[in-house]
Amino acid sequence: MNTYKHSVSLDESKCQGCTTCLKRCPTEAIRIREGRAVISSVRCIDCGECIRVCPHKAKKAIHDALECLGAYKYTVALPAPSLYGQFDNLDNIGYILEGLRKIGFDDVFEVAKAAELVSAYTRLYLNQPDIPKPVINSACPVITRMISMNYPCLCDHVMPILPPVDIAATLAREKALREHPELTSADVGIFFISPCPAKASYVKNGFAGDKNNIDHVLSVRDVYFRLIDVMKNLDEPELATESGLVGIGWASTGGESAAIFNERYLAADGIENCIRVLDQIDNEDIPNLDYVELNACSGGCVGGAMTVANPYIAQARLQNLKRYLPVSPNRPSDETVPEEVKTDAALAYNPNALLSEDRGQAMRMMQDIEEICCELPGIDCGSCGAPTCTAFAEDIIKGETTMDECTVIMRELFHRYLREHEEKAIAEGLKPLIHKEKKESE
Amino acid sequence: MSEVLKFHFDVDGENFSSAGEASVVMKKKLRQLGFSPEVMRRVSIAMYEGEINMVIHANGGTADVLVSDDEIEIILSDSGPGIPDIALAMQEGYSTATDNVRALGFGAGMGLPNMRKYTDYMNIDTKVGVGTTVTMKVKVQ
Repeated sequence: MNTYKHSVSLDESKCQGCTTCLKRCPTEAIRIREGRAVISSVRCIDCGECIRVCPHKAKKAIHDALECLGAYKYTVALPAPSLYGQFDNLDNIGYILEGLRKIGFDDVFEVAKAAELVSAYTRLYLNQPDIPKPVINSACPVITRMISMNYPCLCDHVMPILPPVDIAATLAREKALREHPELTSADVGIFFISPCPAKASYVKNGFAGDKNNIDHVLSVRDVYFRLIDVMKNLDEPELATESGLVGIGWASTGGESAAIFNERYLAADGIENCIRVLDQIDNEDIPNLDYVELNACSGGCVGGAMTVANPYIAQARLQNLKRYLPVSPNRPSDETVPEEVKTDAALAYNPNALLSEDRGQAMRMMQDIEEICCELPGIDCGSCGAPTCTAFAEDIIKGETTMDECTVIMRELFHRYLREHEEKAIAEGLKPLIHKEKKESE
Repeated sequence: MSEVLKFHFDVDGENFSSAGEASVVMKKKLRQLGFSPEVMRRVSIAMYEGEINMVIHANGGTADVLVSDDEIEIILSDSGPGIPDIALAMQEGYSTATDNVRALGFGAGMGLPNMRKYTDYMNIDTKVGVGTTVTMKVKVQ
């Protein structure tokens, strides 16, 4: 039974049933049924590719609204470092932090601060003996979900340390309760300002387990439009960023890796590229590496589907903002990885591709799929509503569709029928339906 | 005798960047059939190494995989130059790969040793100037 809660959804009134998203989905989670896209919740990894490519803007990221602030006595904003790269002509991150207070938050806790702690914990973790190498980053929820579905042998390579946002949420809640002893935990609302829908799903599904301290996930886009209104009128801000180069570096690909302070790393982005890297790690066909940073979005988190700016421009702005910041002002108190930042359990394999629990049955289904594939045109046109002919054959065997949805086969049948009709008409001395002149002139 | 599923792949010798794709497809099929991660990994690595070998040395070839309940058999065939000295080729680190192949990260001399390491049975049938057929079996516990 699938109980995964997603953050990518479809606006049925806008969907034209074209095959653009179908072809781009990295997990073949989309089908076109009755002229509309349908997303399989079992297969979707919330990467947001379909949101990016939909020409009709029919795919949406689901996130909470700023109005949720009203439900709490005290609210804390957790801005992702990617938020800082959205603004043009900004020379001081303090304007954003101050702006967040102006739009209604009582306090701000930068996720970049927690990212610096995670970088420090990562360095400690990498020094431990007998850990499966290369260690794969745990911060991109699209990648971890992909690994749990398709790479069972890599599950224990994923770093067993919580992503920065969870650590930021815990620290922010502790800070609020410490500074305001009159508040109870339920009075405090922790709001993550996220660049991507996958983080929203990560929170909704409680992947951080008991250690989840995030109450709501807002989109960078929504907050951006509220912020530009108030930031215009701000004087010199009181607040200043408390994070350094390392923390802000997490917003784009390579930043996280650079912070392990050794050169035995690989950093890749874009879901298709990440899949290729994972395939090679799975085949043990990689150089001797300590750390692998994979980000599903091109450019890293700045490329998330809930951002505003072009990811490469956002990164260029971040380079400018980082210029005079210290390297990493946030450091753990001692040289150990505390229990409270570790994940509850190693990532588990989730074999959702299984055709049947019964091996014999699965083998028979696979045989049937292979046989159907031989009859199909193999051009992966998508007109049947499945991304590939193989996926279509699987759908037929699972009883989700029928062979007559294949337009290529139907066209052949149609032509055969027409030919037979013609021949019969000619034999009976009737006028043919189709004019032959065109063919003769060729 | 239980039923046997047969899969056939043509391994393109012209294109380095597509090398290893058959093993990725096969891994997905084994996942759909519910084989254990360990079996998937062993089949995938053995097949991958074999595919790379065929692309580097033999201008491609074919891969046939026979899947049954208790065993997975991989047969890799090519019409390449053949292996003059199998014992030497089986030594870890022995490689005849050219510099431009090594520049791509291949040719570490671990292909055949890894194929043996990850399978329960391996046989190399080779004739210089004619070609090579490698048969490997992975037992399913």
